[in-house]
Amino acid sequence: MIVAFSILLPFIAAACIPFIYRRFKNIHLGWFVLVVPALLFTVLATYIPRIANGETFSKTFEWIPSFGINITTYLDGLSIIFSLLITGVGSLVILYSIFYLSTKESLHHFYCYLLLFMGAMLGVVLSDNLMVLYVFWELTSVSSFLLIAFWHHRKASRAGARKAMLITVSGGVAMLAGFLMLYVVSGTFSIREIIANLDIVQSSNLFIPAMCLVLLGAFTKSAQFPFHIWLPDAMEAPTPVSAYLHSATMVKAGIYLVARMTPIFGGHEVWFWAVSGVGIVTLFWGSFNAVRQFDLKALLAYSTISQLGLIMSLFGLGSAALHLGYSTQSVIYTQATFAALFHLINHSTFKGALFMMVGIVDHEVGTRDIRRLGGLMSLMPFTFTIAVIGSFSMAGLPPFNGFLSKEMFFMATVKITQLDIFSLDSVGLLFPIVAWIASVFTFIYCVIIVMRTFFGKIQPDRLEKPPHEAPIGMLIPPYILIGLVVGIFMFPNILGHYILRPAMASIYPTFPSTDEMTPHISAWHGYINTELIMTIGVVIVGVFLYRTLKKWRPMYQIFPQKYSFNSIYERVISSSEYRSDQVTKRYMNGNLTYYFIYIYVFFVVVLAGYMVYADVFSWDPSKDSVIEPYELILVFVMIFATLAILFAKQRITIVLLNGVLGYSVAFFFVVFRAPDLALTQLVVESITTALFLLSFKFLPKLTKEKVSKTFKFTKITISIAVGATVTFIGLAVMNYDEFEPISAYFEDSYNLAGGKNIVNTILGDFRAFDTMLEVVVLFIAGLGVYTLIKLKAKKGDADVESK
Amino acid sequence: MIDMILKLSLTLFMFAIALSLYRVIKGPSLPDRAIALDTIGVNLISAIAIVSIVLKTKAYLEAILIIGILAFIGTIAFSKYIERGVIVERKSTD
Repeated sequence: MIVAFSILLPFIAAACIPFIYRRFKNIHLGWFVLVVPALLFTVLATYIPRIANGETFSKTFEWIPSFGINITTYLDGLSIIFSLLITGVGSLVILYSIFYLSTKESLHHFYCYLLLFMGAMLGVVLSDNLMVLYVFWELTSVSSFLLIAFWHHRKASRAGARKAMLITVSGGVAMLAGFLMLYVVSGTFSIREIIANLDIVQSSNLFIPAMCLVLLGAFTKSAQFPFHIWLPDAMEAPTPVSAYLHSATMVKAGIYLVARMTPIFGGHEVWFWAVSGVGIVTLFWGSFNAVRQFDLKALLAYSTISQLGLIMSLFGLGSAALHLGYSTQSVIYTQATFAALFHLINHSTFKGALFMMVGIVDHEVGTRDIRRLGGLMSLMPFTFTIAVIGSFSMAGLPPFNGFLSKEMFFMATVKITQLDIFSLDSVGLLFPIVAWIASVFTFIYCVIIVMRTFFGKIQPDRLEKPPHEAPIGMLIPPYILIGLVVGIFMFPNILGHYILRPAMASIYPTFPSTDEMTPHISAWHGYINTELIMTIGVVIVGVFLYRTLKKWRPMYQIFPQKYSFNSIYERVISSSEYRSDQVTKRYMNGNLTYYFIYIYVFFVVVLAGYMVYADVFSWDPSKDSVIEPYELILVFVMIFATLAILFAKQRITIVLLNGVLGYSVAFFFVVFRAPDLALTQLVVESITTALFLLSFKFLPKLTKEKVSKTFKFTKITISIAVGATVTFIGLAVMNYDEFEPISAYFEDSYNLAGGKNIVNTILGDFRAFDTMLEVVVLFIAGLGVYTLIKLKAKKGDADVESK
Repeated sequence: MIDMILKLSLTLFMFAIALSLYRVIKGPSLPDRAIALDTIGVNLISAIAIVSIVLKTKAYLEAILIIGILAFIGTIAFSKYIERGVIVERKSTD
């Protein structure tokens, strides 16, 4: 109940924001908003002991039970990590934003979007139902879109928001398809029930497609290679948003999905290679590109991409344990997952602090460009502390928590090379090597953050404001975070025992004991091992490469901007816009003749095509009635008149020939015993002729249209094809006698309706409803003609019709 | 016998209509065409009268009368169009 309430509370609060904003103009809106995540964090934190004892909390609220879609909240070890991160970092970010954003900004928009996002994110991690999870998933995309474009008067903000929206939503739709496949296979939307019926899912043909589609959703959301391009552009958002969404929460939704789906898909070779392979490539590519950035936020964006790749690859490596099944030997591979969860928390702490640090620098100095920064150490000592601790933790140095997770990461990559499944014995060696190289790059950009911002000479003339220390309110949140960075290093096992251990149970539900899977984290193992040597190597090579940075920086010119994924994306977007415009212009050319060609070609292809395909044409001439010679002559008269219309040179000739046709038709009505039709036909024919003559006064002389021979030939072919199709259909249905006609009923019209004229009784009695509406049609036509003639724009009025 | 004669006369009427159609198509002037259409109308009146004898019914007498009226109105309309260029003239003040 409380869990459901915690999802609902941010939405309720978001709805109340406009009223509070109006009521309390003098107080910063953030103070009211801060209550929500702080309260939720406290409430959720009380669950920790019980979760640590292996309890889970679940509650179902019916939403659309007929489709199996119910709002099922589910709180276990994995979701509590995420919900604590969301509410905890959320509180700090809101506190920070109170000092970061001035009251001149449209704060009610900002906090409304932020609360929407927070609620959606809690919904993602606390939902057990796949459909509900998808709903909240898209809600995070939408609210993130709104937050990135918060300063919507800037062009770059709008472009960044659009790009993020496009990429994450396309991934989300792919994920929806994957979820539906899972539903088709398992018959349920509940993740726990799917895990319970794992055999059915894994033996299905849809297993691999569902896996790939779900992964596509996770990779786009978590900015994995090559979908990482939206994250650097999302840095146009206000810094609190970047710190919250694009380092601690939203980009980890994909990670959460991968962790949540590991019990279903993990253990399969495709999953292992997709998750760990994409993760390790992202790790390398992100760190490699971070070094070339000049904007601090862009640097942090690429570093986030890189760290997310690290976490993702660890989840991939950890899934190997599911393939092996439970045994005391395989438990060792679960440590990769443990490291992933550990680094997930660590990353949120130090990355959040770093973003806030950059925000402070930007706020107090006026620029984020490292070429204009320098020498801020003595001016902003407190900010400097944040930067050092955050960066060194990210680089993986002691005594910070990044060191522990980096060590565990190295250990996992080294261990995995000893495995001989999934052809790991041959290419498995790449894992530690790539990881090590990426760590060197990570070290370099971490040093860049600290050295280029705080050391060196200050350039006062290139700064927009005289630099000074930030207000204390802005410093408190990052200090809490770096306090955690150090605290986790000191006491990692408290975190491991209470938070990470229950999460391991969610990822490996089939494994009997979670205690076995929870390693004792220690900073110093008491002996020199491979991981420690790797870390020392990273530091030595990193320092060397940083010193010689100027010499090898031109290496980045080998990869020109033209071939970056960003420009590929831009080109795909602009060329697809151009192409679709071209295609539309080609067939929607405004010429009515072409549209008739499309309609008739479709008609012929579908109808004649079906008749040929199904071979249903049947015609039995023996049932035809006798054709009198005078009827034959009149038919030939009509044929000649019709043909003559095509070659007529004057409009009036056409009308005369049309009159011939009309009168002939009337004669056929007479011959086929339909006196009422004949009468009506004659009158209507005469009136139409008169109307034609009336309108001729306003029409130009008939001119021969100049068209190419091929076009003329096409038109002739199509008209003959249409005529043939209609004729054949007419012949085919003529002998249709499956059922008795109902006309015998109407022959008793005198008794039924009191009239001897069957046609008139049908029109006026049996089927009078049709007649009424036909009268309405005539009425509307009359009104239409009247308005078309009479209603014209008055003198001086805007002529809207000829626009 | 009488049936055969009726059929034969119908055929001849149709033949006459076909000949009039030749005049409608060929022209050469507009009045030629208008007169030809009028002739077709007259031929139709006769043809329908014969048909109603063949079918032994009085139901087509209205059709005969109406063609008579309409062929007259139609011919007048055409003549007026050919002569003046319009059918319904308006007062010059309009």
